[in-house]
Amino acid sequence: MSALLAEVPYWGQSLLRVLGGIVAVLLPAGTIVYIFLFKMMSFMQSRLGPMEAGPYGSMQLFAEVGKWLQKEDIVPERADARIFKMAPVIVLLSTFLLVAVVPFGPDAWFTDFETGIFYALAVSSISVLGILIAGWSSANKYSLLGGLRAAGQLIAYELPMVLAVIGVVIQAETMNLQKIVVAQNSGSMFGIDTFGHPYVISQFIGFVIFMIAIQAELTQAPFDMPIAESELVSGYMTEYSGFRFLIFFIGEFATAGVFAMIASVLFLGGWGVPFSWFGWTSIDSIDNWMNVVGPLIMFTKMMLLVFIIMWIRFSYPRLREDQLQRFAWKGLIPVALLNIAVTSILKVVF
Amino acid sequence: MSLTDRVLGDRQQLAYIASQAADARLNVELETEGMTLNIGPQHPATHGTLRIIARLDGEQVVWAEPACGYMHRGYEKLTEVRTYPQVTTLVNRIDWLGSFANEVPFILAAEKLMEVEAPPRAQHIRTILFELSRIANVSLFLGDLGVQLGAITPVFLAFRDREYVLNLIESATGGRFHPNFDRIGGLKDDLPAGWVDETRAVMKKLRGFCDQIEDLLFGNEIFQSRTRGIGVIPREVALQYGLSGANLRASGVDWDLRRDHQLPMAWNKADWKVWTHPDGDSFARCWIRLQETRESTKIVDQLLGSIPAGPVMAKVPKIIKVPEGEAWVSTENPLGEMGYYIVSRGDLGPFRVKIRSASFNNISITPWLLRGVYVPDIVTILASLYFILGDIDR
Repeated sequence: MSALLAEVPYWGQSLLRVLGGIVAVLLPAGTIVYIFLFKMMSFMQSRLGPMEAGPYGSMQLFAEVGKWLQKEDIVPERADARIFKMAPVIVLLSTFLLVAVVPFGPDAWFTDFETGIFYALAVSSISVLGILIAGWSSANKYSLLGGLRAAGQLIAYELPMVLAVIGVVIQAETMNLQKIVVAQNSGSMFGIDTFGHPYVISQFIGFVIFMIAIQAELTQAPFDMPIAESELVSGYMTEYSGFRFLIFFIGEFATAGVFAMIASVLFLGGWGVPFSWFGWTSIDSIDNWMNVVGPLIMFTKMMLLVFIIMWIRFSYPRLREDQLQRFAWKGLIPVALLNIAVTSILKVVF
Repeated sequence: MSLTDRVLGDRQQLAYIASQAADARLNVELETEGMTLNIGPQHPATHGTLRIIARLDGEQVVWAEPACGYMHRGYEKLTEVRTYPQVTTLVNRIDWLGSFANEVPFILAAEKLMEVEAPPRAQHIRTILFELSRIANVSLFLGDLGVQLGAITPVFLAFRDREYVLNLIESATGGRFHPNFDRIGGLKDDLPAGWVDETRAVMKKLRGFCDQIEDLLFGNEIFQSRTRGIGVIPREVALQYGLSGANLRASGVDWDLRRDHQLPMAWNKADWKVWTHPDGDSFARCWIRLQETRESTKIVDQLLGSIPAGPVMAKVPKIIKVPEGEAWVSTENPLGEMGYYIVSRGDLGPFRVKIRSASFNNISITPWLLRGVYVPDIVTILASLYFILGDIDR
């Protein structure tokens, strides 16, 4: 973004960044909620979903937000009020911090970190803190159980996620997300560069592990035991109402969107199209219109990945906590380590 | 401990030992404090107002006890101030998902006292409606099972297909949920025209629903890992706690009142099978119910073809007075054995009625069963035991 805004003063740039960040988080979140939560789930369950608010219920989300904003902000009497109020903000904050490193086009990015993916993984675990303190400060036994489950689960699945990313980093030889996109789109497979080299092909195991870990990080079924509405009522969210619940709700789907963006950057070639299609050689020779089309391509890929996440969420029952941990430590992590070993050997050989 | 040595299989033995060991382990290893968790009276897993007091060590249950009575409506007492025809209105609210089935044993007991018997056509239609209410009840269980385990989609499929059955019951009886159709000496009305063909079509749909649930839910690996080996009830324990219905058959006891009791109903005119399962775990209980739904559709299909002609009402006086005496009739209801013990003093209404409902006995095993399990398994076990709150509290 900085290249586009060279003439804009610093305060203007900052303002635009903040606005852009809000759009990049809230727009996907709203779209995901409407298309997947309201409509796709309804169609899977032989019902229509919301139909009254706006054409085909498309304004339903605004109605819901309006409802939540009007509700009383209840803090339980024995809750730790200050921390209780802070928790949802921390959860949403980590999403905003996460979107800061995602590139949307050749020049359309918020910040261009050299260690972008490292930052993203580090920042994404801040939300654990929010969830944990939400569970603890609610002074509710169900919330406490939910918070503890969330902490155990998110820590367990952080590891396979990091390990899955390492394979990509080895292949791309960089941690910069922008350069990972360029490496995928300017690369070639077996000398054929028509399709570039999206890492979903060479890092397929890593991709699967990453998607499973995302599913768990987002606490979506079959890994939704921190929320577990049938046993823990709603886990760490039990005591929240009104706009604080709304923040948790937005956070859940916004984080799904942002994680899907990161997955599409790492494995599906992000905003880019294969450079050979238009005869581009490097990132500097890309035409300017990619700054407009790039975000749309990115959005499409994100929706595709979120579709997979939601599809699984709506059709699977929930694992038990110990089964989930066993799956992470005995299944995903060894496979991810093996994946790293094979990737690095092949990288040296070829 | 002789129990474990004699009759239990390896897996059952392990589960039993684990539950015993949970007591011993508390406060020894980590000096941790236990926590008392009230599951209910308002909790999604209890689908009603059952309260389960559970003492937890971490996520493991050390001790649990059900506290029921939050929805007690005093039906046994109320029957004393009602006439016989009025009682069916009350009792079909006991198990509200399969209400017609609640009326039948009461009517049968009253008929036994009056020494009248419904004409064959009425017996046939009674049996068909009884099985339809079983399907309406258990198909919802099959969907609800998914929700309890975190899969939200099956319940909507269940509601969709259950609606066809409810429509059938409504078109025959006039009541969707509470038919109140059974009368002493027969039925209120005959079947409407075209009902038989419609029912056949619906039974086909229901078999499709069973296949779908078996494929989508029972075949799911997560579902299996959540239910297999969880909440194992050995045969002896099940008998000792007085379980009935599918819960007992899932523990390997070949027991079905529809087959074993000689009642004036039409079950023996159809060819069907009583399923049992040797495991006694949650999966077995769910699987038995799935098979039973299929058997019920078969029974209905066969009986539809052989409904005899004739009246649907025997000759009974306009004002029903039941002669002095006592009678006990129980039938195999969707939830298990349900029976009525009627004491009559020759009045317009019963002098005293004792209602034996299945769920009350079925949940009496929970203190034994929940010991040593994890919190998520409480939900699995409660879901697979399958109780209706109205059936517990009456």
